Amino acid sequence: MDARVAASASTEFRPVTTTFAADPRQPDPVVRLRGFTRRFGANVIIDGLDLDIAPGEFVALLGRSGSGKTTLLRTLAGLDDIGGQDVTIPGSRAVVFQDARLLPWKRIWRNVALGLGGSDIRARAEAALREVGLGHRLEAWPLTLSGGEAQRAALARALVREPQLLLLDEPFAALDALTRIKMHELVLSLWRTHRPAVLMVTHDVEEAMALADRLLVLDHGRIVAEERITAERGQRTAVARPLRARLLGHLGVDAPEGAYADLIAFPGAAR
Amino acid sequence: MSKPKRESLAHLLARTRWLSPVLLLLLWELGSRIGLIPERTLAAPSAVLGTLMSMTLSGELPSNLLISFGRATLGLAIGASAGLVLGLMAGLSRPGEAVIDPLMQIKRTIPVVALSPLFIVWFGIGETPKIALIAFATLFPIYLNLYNGIRSVDVRLVDAARSFGLTRAQLILHVILPGALPSLFVGLRYSLSLSVLLLVIAEQINASAGLGYLVNNARDFMRTDIIVLCLMVYALLGLAADYLVRLLERRALAWRPNLVEA
Repeated sequence: MDARVAASASTEFRPVTTTFAADPRQPDPVVRLRGFTRRFGANVIIDGLDLDIAPGEFVALLGRSGSGKTTLLRTLAGLDDIGGQDVTIPGSRAVVFQDARLLPWKRIWRNVALGLGGSDIRARAEAALREVGLGHRLEAWPLTLSGGEAQRAALARALVREPQLLLLDEPFAALDALTRIKMHELVLSLWRTHRPAVLMVTHDVEEAMALADRLLVLDHGRIVAEERITAERGQRTAVARPLRARLLGHLGVDAPEGAYADLIAFPGAAR
Repeated sequence: MSKPKRESLAHLLARTRWLSPVLLLLLWELGSRIGLIPERTLAAPSAVLGTLMSMTLSGELPSNLLISFGRATLGLAIGASAGLVLGLMAGLSRPGEAVIDPLMQIKRTIPVVALSPLFIVWFGIGETPKIALIAFATLFPIYLNLYNGIRSVDVRLVDAARSFGLTRAQLILHVILPGALPSLFVGLRYSLSLSVLLLVIAEQINASAGLGYLVNNARDFMRTDIIVLCLMVYALLGLAADYLVRLLERRALAWRPNLVEA
């Protein structure tokens, strides 16, 4: 498998395959793909992909534009027809998109409550919005929210469903740097509280290293690298440097180990 | 020196947009008084006002207005309902689109007014052809705008709603129809102004009551005051229809940013 080959190049981290098959301690994965392939006409977008995601695991999916990230995410979100392939996804899942995709004609709390059943949906929506710090914007119209607020609302809308699988599709890419830091903190704290399995699509290596337990690099529809970070969040400075260089290498950037300030100092390094 | 002066004049004129219509009215009245405009050509504004008073008090104007209003409303109600049903069917289902849309496009190429002879042959010269004409004309804008509105609902919003497991019925109710509503209002506006236009045309068909009847009678007796009065009433009907849609829009589309800010 590509994943095995690429990951074995690293020495600092245990090479792991994308599948974690016969470990009896592992609970059943919430996501399980075997040899998943997706093509549009002659274009192969996803090519024989194996993927397992354990309950409560935080996985980051890195890849360049056109690597198949979005297609994979749509499959995991249940938006595309899988055509009878070996795909297991949990029944309760939720997506946060890059653009918040709130329905502009519904007030914020109604957006959060969208599709919920039961009698106490207003209370549940309120609680979720308070959790993301939007308790004061319940009755606002979505088009009056700032970008950060809209993403908070989108997070609340996802979490109110208590999903087993939370899919984040570059949810912070459109936010300014300061808002993004706050959103990272919020996502981590929500993840610790609710413990969904998370698959976060991003092309921000720093973001992936800060948030995830496991990082996958997708290229031409295959997982070409997998890295597991065992260091606790908050104690990752030491592992971040070499890891960043390796990940950027997988993404097609020949970068020396170092901070971003130095990375772009070599014109022509990007392939 | 002269520039700021000219600007302030432009400013003043901009704030007094009512001035030129009032001036025209005064000239018109003056022309009538000094005999420059014969009453057979055009009655004086004061005469029109007097006719308005007397015809209102006698009940002649209200009763005929009510009949015309009823025709327009009934025709519009039938046309809008049909447009709504057809638009929903074509917008929400591919087979519906395949069956309905070609017919609607053919219908669009036929000027509605040209159908009035056929309608007279079919329905006679009573109320039916008048209402049918209005209904037939107002159907299309509603149909087309609703159909287009449904088809151009943001697919990203539909995807998001689907990712939360909404059923098809919920999707239509919460996402597709609200998303198509602004377009529907555009169609409704067109249909309302069409209903007034077609009312005028339809009432030329041997009407025995209604505003058109008043106009036809006034023509025979060269009562230009009544003709001008009825023109005013038609204009007011159009204005009222537009106001009604604005009112509905303000309530139904309160989420739109320009209205949110206001």
